[in-house]
Amino acid sequence: MYTTNASRGLPRHRSRYPAERYTRWALRALTVALVLATLWLVVAFHLRGQWMFALLFLVLGTSLAIVFGKRQLMSHRYIFPALAGMGVFVIFPLLYTFGISFSNYSSSNLLSEERVRAQFLEQTYQAEGQAFDFRLYHDGGQTRLYLEAPGAGLEGARRLVSVPLAEAGDGEPLAVRPAEAAPAGEALGLREVIARRDVLEELTLVTPDGTELRMAGLRRFAPMLSRFEANPDGSLTDRRDGGILTPNHETGFFVTAAGERLTPGWPVAVGLDNYTKIFTDPDIRGPFLQIFVWTFVFAGLTVAFTLAVGFVLASLLQWEQLRGKAVYRTLLILPYAVPAFISILIFKGMFNQHYGEINLILENVFGISPDWFTDPALARTMLVVVNTWLGYPYMLLLCMGLIQSIPRDLYEASAVDGGGPLTNMFRITLPLILKPLTPLLIAAFAFNFNNFVLIALLTGGKPDILGASTPAGTTDLLVSYTYRIAFQDAGQNFGLAAAIATLIFLLVVGLSLLNLRLSKVKV
Amino acid sequence: MAMVQPRTIRARKLGAHLALLGFVSLVVFPLLLVISISFREGNFATGSLIPERFSLEHWALAFGIPWERPDGSVVQPPFPVLLWLWNSIKVAVVSSLMILLLSTTSAYAFARMRFKGKAPILKGMLIFQMFPAVLSLVALYALFDRLGQLVPWLGINTHGSLILASLGAVALHIWTIKGYFESIDGSLEEAAVVDGASTWQAFYHILLPLSVPILMVVFILAFIMSIMEYPMASVLLLDEHKLTLAVGAQQYLADHNQRWGDFAAAAVLSGLPITVAFLLCQRWIVGGLTSGGVKG
Repeated sequence: MYTTNASRGLPRHRSRYPAERYTRWALRALTVALVLATLWLVVAFHLRGQWMFALLFLVLGTSLAIVFGKRQLMSHRYIFPALAGMGVFVIFPLLYTFGISFSNYSSSNLLSEERVRAQFLEQTYQAEGQAFDFRLYHDGGQTRLYLEAPGAGLEGARRLVSVPLAEAGDGEPLAVRPAEAAPAGEALGLREVIARRDVLEELTLVTPDGTELRMAGLRRFAPMLSRFEANPDGSLTDRRDGGILTPNHETGFFVTAAGERLTPGWPVAVGLDNYTKIFTDPDIRGPFLQIFVWTFVFAGLTVAFTLAVGFVLASLLQWEQLRGKAVYRTLLILPYAVPAFISILIFKGMFNQHYGEINLILENVFGISPDWFTDPALARTMLVVVNTWLGYPYMLLLCMGLIQSIPRDLYEASAVDGGGPLTNMFRITLPLILKPLTPLLIAAFAFNFNNFVLIALLTGGKPDILGASTPAGTTDLLVSYTYRIAFQDAGQNFGLAAAIATLIFLLVVGLSLLNLRLSKVKV
Repeated sequence: MAMVQPRTIRARKLGAHLALLGFVSLVVFPLLLVISISFREGNFATGSLIPERFSLEHWALAFGIPWERPDGSVVQPPFPVLLWLWNSIKVAVVSSLMILLLSTTSAYAFARMRFKGKAPILKGMLIFQMFPAVLSLVALYALFDRLGQLVPWLGINTHGSLILASLGAVALHIWTIKGYFESIDGSLEEAAVVDGASTWQAFYHILLPLSVPILMVVFILAFIMSIMEYPMASVLLLDEHKLTLAVGAQQYLADHNQRWGDFAAAAVLSGLPITVAFLLCQRWIVGGLTSGGVKG
């Protein structure tokens, strides 16, 4: 049934049934509330200067309002929620990733320029020249600090007395006031001062004009002054040594006159730097190419092995005269039924060099004990073996389904002509299922190309490639390599990770277009 | 086929059975081994498949019960496995229900209505579904980090963010349900519309009750996929008591502190229900999985 105009079915007039009227009004109210909520997000993101996210929610809110506001778009109301989900959580992240691949976004260039500037302006230093000598005075159960400046003191005040120490709350500054002379009571000796050292070191004193003082030695308190001063041209002056910090908008850092960078910096556009780095920087290009090749080899071998095992088993299980097929089938698809994150970890334990059962068996039978996790070639072998175990049931199920659709009389004709089981398998079964299987094989290739979970849980990419400037392992696939650059490296180079992710996106697009063409999807 | 000699066929059958049995034992060995290890004493016990020194220590710990060893020392449970399982189920149920809701309504429109941009949208969804979420983790992390500053229950380290993020993966389910809807004759709905029902009423009162089986399949599929989701959960969840099983389970075999025995019990405890559910529903699930997506 096709409703050419979906709104045709919905009466325009006011409904006779109160329940229906209320439902319609409730839905309208819900739509309005959702639009308002997204608009609030737009404004909030905009005020924080995060225009990418503001734009995302602006697009979302506007399309929501349009789709649910216009009667002509009735059909689109049904698909809008799913498309919005895909848009926000698949397509937007994709565009965002593409965007940051042209920036130097990383853990050292994380905050916006304003935040970085604010952080610098919040920095303080102890001005040693204006330090006060201090003493503790004890009087009737109360202890006060008495400060006396040997020189000019702070803004003319040479002597300061604090309120009793006991009045200081946790982490709150303690007020000090100018005084003419030392407070009453007896001055405590150095021994008592040392005994209270922990308390004193935590202490911040505030003068009436807001200057903060901190302990600068066993006998001294010194004022904390803000270290940087903002200049009208956007640069900062370091008050300690008079040096000038100028913001460099090409690298995203404040630099000193000598050209030294100060962290943190802010993200700036760096053009194609990340991409050229992948292809020209020898410390990145070497590991990248090695991982690139291994990714293809891994995905290719996995598809080949799982297909071989699955196809042979499927051919066996299609044999009419074999008994117990149902039992075999259930047992054979067990690896498919067990959650992958559990079976991968089971293999991690079994391949362990100290207590793993596989090495115990190998040791007892052959007297060898291979280093599965430290030797690159063995680690790769292990990955392919485990992935074949995990992946063959899928191929088995596919092949069984496809073999069933082959007409029986082909095999009868073959039997009449004296063909054996091998002839049947390679001359009839395989050629006939290969064509419908191809798009699914490409999908399987693409899946294993990006088989992050296996690598992350089994080897974590280790053993590492020596001499690489980014965390790169001999068993890393491109996806796990990207993940490690972004989330496990100390530098967290999101920009570089995004550039590699963009390259993988392009490969996957190629694969899926090929797939779409081969499978001739009917829409 | 009757012309083939009986003697060779018997030999061939025997060969086939032996080959299958050999392969099955290879496949089942790791699973049986883990069950056996979960009952062995100590974390690194080795031995035959039937444990020589039987102990329920690992099982008690997996259930969160402190275990007293014969020498009097008490072992505390290393990780809150049941809490992780509960987190996983909570996230999976909510996100599968939402996925079901989104994909059913869209599939209805795609199957029954004609509108602008239908073909490109459907094809585009097929392409986008092939992108692994791992690649856009940086962007997703940034999105939820910023969102969390405005809406706390959607920030990093919340289950809300994980549930919401899973709503991106609806394309496969839309295709599955759409295929089923197209196999149902539309004349019933047409009759309803002729009698004055709206499109929504035809969908809700006529088509949905007819499609309960496929909705069950999609729910189970989405549930299993959500339980097994690893990359997003590993980035979005931080605190130990917030983790899902897929992320938490690997801590048993962390490089510096391997608890093989404890892991075995936790793995059997948490993996068994999922495996049994899968096997019970395999007839329906397999069709859905093999028609479109790929599972590891």
